[in-house]
Amino acid sequence: MIDIAHLDLSIAGTPILRDVSLKLGQGRILGLAGESGSGKSMTALSILRLLPPSARLSGHVHLDGQDLTTLSEQQMCSVRGRQIGMIFQEPMTALNPVQSIGDQVAETLVIHGAARRGEARRIAVERLERVGLSPDHIPPDRFPHELSGGQRQRVCIALAIALRPRVLIADEPTTALDVTTQERILGLIRGLVDEQNMACLFITHDLAVLAELADDIAVMKAGEVVEAGATLDVLRHRRHPYTRALFEASRHQPVRVPAPPAAAPLLRVERVVRDYPLPRQRLFGARPGFRAVDGVSFDLHRGESLGLVGESGCGKSTLTRAILGLEPIQGGAIRLGGEKITPQMPPALRRRMQVVFQDPYGSFNPRHSAARLIAEPFHLGGRPADLDLRVAEALESVGLRPTDADKYPHEFSGGQRQRLAIARALITRPDLIVLDEAVSALDVRVRAQILDLLADLQGRLGLTYLFISHDLTVVRAVTDRVLVMKAGQIVEAGTTAAVFAAPSHPYTRTLLDAAPMLPEAMA
Amino acid sequence: MMRLPVQFLLGVTLSTAFLAAALISLVWTPQDVTALDIAGKLAAPGAGHPLGTDHLGRDMLSMLMAGARTSIAVALVAVGIGIVLGVPLGLAAAARHRSLLDEFIMRGNDLIFAFPSLVIAILITAVLGPSALNAILAIGIFNIPVFARVARGAALTLWNREFILAARVAGKGPARISAEHILPNIANLLVVQGTIQFSMGILAEAGLSYVGLGAQPPTPSWGRMLADSQTFFYTFPRLAVLPGLAIVLMVLGLNLMGDGLRDMLDPRLRRTIR
Amino acid sequence: MFGYVAHRLISLALSLLAASIVVFAVIEVIPGDPASYMLGLNASDETVAALRETLGLSGGPIARYLHWLGGMLTGDFGTSYTYRVPVAQLVGDRLWVSLPLAVYALALSTLIALPIGALAAARRGRAVDYGIMGLTQIGVAVPNFWFAMLLVIAFSITWKVFPPGGFPGWDAGFLPGLRALTLPAVALALPQASILARVMRSALIETLHQDFIRTARAKGLSEGQAIRRHGMRNAMIPVLTIVGLQFSFLLAGTIIIEKVFFLPGLGLLIFQGITQRDLIVVESVVMLLVFAVILVTFMVDLAYALVDPRLRR
Repeated sequence: MIDIAHLDLSIAGTPILRDVSLKLGQGRILGLAGESGSGKSMTALSILRLLPPSARLSGHVHLDGQDLTTLSEQQMCSVRGRQIGMIFQEPMTALNPVQSIGDQVAETLVIHGAARRGEARRIAVERLERVGLSPDHIPPDRFPHELSGGQRQRVCIALAIALRPRVLIADEPTTALDVTTQERILGLIRGLVDEQNMACLFITHDLAVLAELADDIAVMKAGEVVEAGATLDVLRHRRHPYTRALFEASRHQPVRVPAPPAAAPLLRVERVVRDYPLPRQRLFGARPGFRAVDGVSFDLHRGESLGLVGESGCGKSTLTRAILGLEPIQGGAIRLGGEKITPQMPPALRRRMQVVFQDPYGSFNPRHSAARLIAEPFHLGGRPADLDLRVAEALESVGLRPTDADKYPHEFSGGQRQRLAIARALITRPDLIVLDEAVSALDVRVRAQILDLLADLQGRLGLTYLFISHDLTVVRAVTDRVLVMKAGQIVEAGTTAAVFAAPSHPYTRTLLDAAPMLPEAMA
Repeated sequence: MMRLPVQFLLGVTLSTAFLAAALISLVWTPQDVTALDIAGKLAAPGAGHPLGTDHLGRDMLSMLMAGARTSIAVALVAVGIGIVLGVPLGLAAAARHRSLLDEFIMRGNDLIFAFPSLVIAILITAVLGPSALNAILAIGIFNIPVFARVARGAALTLWNREFILAARVAGKGPARISAEHILPNIANLLVVQGTIQFSMGILAEAGLSYVGLGAQPPTPSWGRMLADSQTFFYTFPRLAVLPGLAIVLMVLGLNLMGDGLRDMLDPRLRRTIR
Repeated sequence: MFGYVAHRLISLALSLLAASIVVFAVIEVIPGDPASYMLGLNASDETVAALRETLGLSGGPIARYLHWLGGMLTGDFGTSYTYRVPVAQLVGDRLWVSLPLAVYALALSTLIALPIGALAAARRGRAVDYGIMGLTQIGVAVPNFWFAMLLVIAFSITWKVFPPGGFPGWDAGFLPGLRALTLPAVALALPQASILARVMRSALIETLHQDFIRTARAKGLSEGQAIRRHGMRNAMIPVLTIVGLQFSFLLAGTIIIEKVFFLPGLGLLIFQGITQRDLIVVESVVMLLVFAVILVTFMVDLAYALVDPRLRR
């Protein structure tokens, strides 16, 4: 149906794709897997020829016998949207903020002359209903900002399939979404592919998603397809070393020392309440409040690794900020080693707790050297005399070289930066390290290395981790106990093994069912 | 490419040329700018007066050089006032985002924005009488909310970055974070805004002295040279054309320099220009 | 939407109140006794007291402020000391020169700038773009009053197409009035149009890098269609901000440009007021200018809500 042959792409002289060949069949989903920078998205954009002006493309893309690479730009415009529809990763920004969702779907029909305005609007309502946005709940005159991320992605799907295209390209369509939303969107895509007999190219970094969704898989590395075949075959036999590496990293389980028997709790969170004031609804009305954290209690013992999971908006980030003493709480108490945590806590107490954030690019001041960045936690209460030694020590313990101290953040790779962030957290020799989505932005192989590092450090230094994540696979691999948070409350708590084996709360079950997992049978 | 470095170089050349002329005029001008020579008035360009003389016989080249001094001094000090008062206000507002302080600073900004610099100059002049100092004050006050807004806007996006959170976890307070992490990272923007306000200051100063609200005689200024020329420019267009050209070239130079700086300092913009 | 408008209206009223306090404080409180200031150093105590009486300047500053504010709300701006007529009457006559001039210039500027800016954005990196950017770069640097002088030399002296100055009054008919205001409006508009065109271009180019433009292209829109159907309206948000700011620049600009063309507008009135120390006139005109700027800010806020559904609530 669509046949991509020997595609080569370079942008501004830099080679991006090399000899990429793929085949998509009717009613089948081809999963395109690979790490960031492997050329997955560029392959998709090459099919649609939506490339920057400096791009040079060679090779062939045959759609039902017609070679798209020979078409003029004007002819391509009539292919896009009519024959090939595409959805993108970021539903929050993919829609025009100043146009209603109905009009955006209708535009696909109008622009290709398939319907007049009124008729197009009527069809748009139908398509929106098909993707799960019934006009009774989400009228087509709504604007994107009034919709959730999942709903916006549904709109994107509706406008991509409005003309019933032969091919649907989906570029990481669920990466920015929560697992339960992801499950529903994946189900929707599968249903549409079957119903309309489309060919679908589904791009993702997540092998587990493909294991559940795709009929075929192609694995890309550095601009080349290294392995392709039926999903089960590729995942079971993993003939190419890179496929094997990806697969193993995806389900990587670091070797961990079990937590020592619980003594007095290191961190004690008691009935914590955090309210946010919202903007006034009426001019002189009282400001309504929003309770982001609602009576949360738990203990964290020394040497233990505790997971905190939940979907976006559940209050886990707010709780994290309160535990770090960045924001005041409106009820309850947080104690570290018996001392109360507040935004005004003394420096000595602050130093006993450090944090590693998600974004390895955003967590460093680009203008400071590694040594200065790592030493930042010493800001309060003076620098120790052996500062240089301790910086070197921290760098070595995270697998970097002491000579890296003079480098600047941009000279490190993403994984190295996350190591740097861990070094910064280690330097005060803290009791507790809060890992706030610390591995969520990393590619799977790097993620596996960082998880190993964290496990190793915990064993060697007797660290205590509070591991906050939306990723259940990771939480399962590295924590002793887990808390499940929903709407500001802890709905389930228990040992990780028990919760994952036999969840007691229905929400936990929903989460676990929705989370894509690589089947055990393939191991 | 849209803006070649050539344009930046042209901007730097023009700006430094005027700056040099202004500096030289402090110690030397071809003729004494205060010396009147009624007999030699409205002389065409020639020996002794490369650009001719004005309606009072003063040497045009000397007047233009000394006028550059007034323009640059007024605009530069006004930019200084804007930066020194506006940037800390903007940083404070961002550090205490959505607090009463933020609200207060932003409303104060809006209030000043309601007064165009000419209106501020009129108010000050009505009370204190006209002088170059009034022009500085008027343009300077107008610059305060400009820099406050730029600083606040840029600082707000930084405050959400994780490296600021990391600094807060290290126990650093808002003042220290603003000075250590925010200010160095928004300095680029402030430099670019500074050149823009500088060139706008030159234009504003010319306007103010043209209507008599700026530098007073005998201090030479481009705006007043234009005002003086008005009676004669039907017959001697040179008197109006020369100071006007000086203003245009100076402002053009600063703008080209500012654009070049922005492109060089902001990699994101460099990309979008392509 | 209603909540948004109500919120903006209250903000408008508060801004006006705050601005009036500032103007009053600067003119009537900071210099000390306005009456003796207006009469100069040589005035006798009796004349000062008499003037204070006629101007209603007795009483404390707060009482005087309230009196002044109450007067303005009812259309009574006080009496000019030099002209001996109600200021409202003086201002009313002049306003019908300055306001049409500012609006004329704003309309010209917007009509010229938006298409040119859009054209440059659509042809970015090509010869047309270089040409437009070069011209506007110069336009931004030209002082409007100097440009006005050049226009007079060209169109009034050399070619004699437009009058070099003066204003026949609207009684002489709409077209003669418009003709008298054309050169001043063009002089005001072109430098502003240069700024606006540049803003339009960069705002459009900025939106072209947004994800939703890519979505539109994937739907099958050509680049030009994507710009027209999706880029324009989003680019309007920054453009509106600048249009609002430009009105206040243009209003200030009219005051300066009136001097070039000898137009009997607010500018002439205010400069006479300053020279003759007629504080009541200065105060009223300044308040009027500030009122106009705040009103335009309010209208721009309303326009935002029309363009951007995220602001309607």
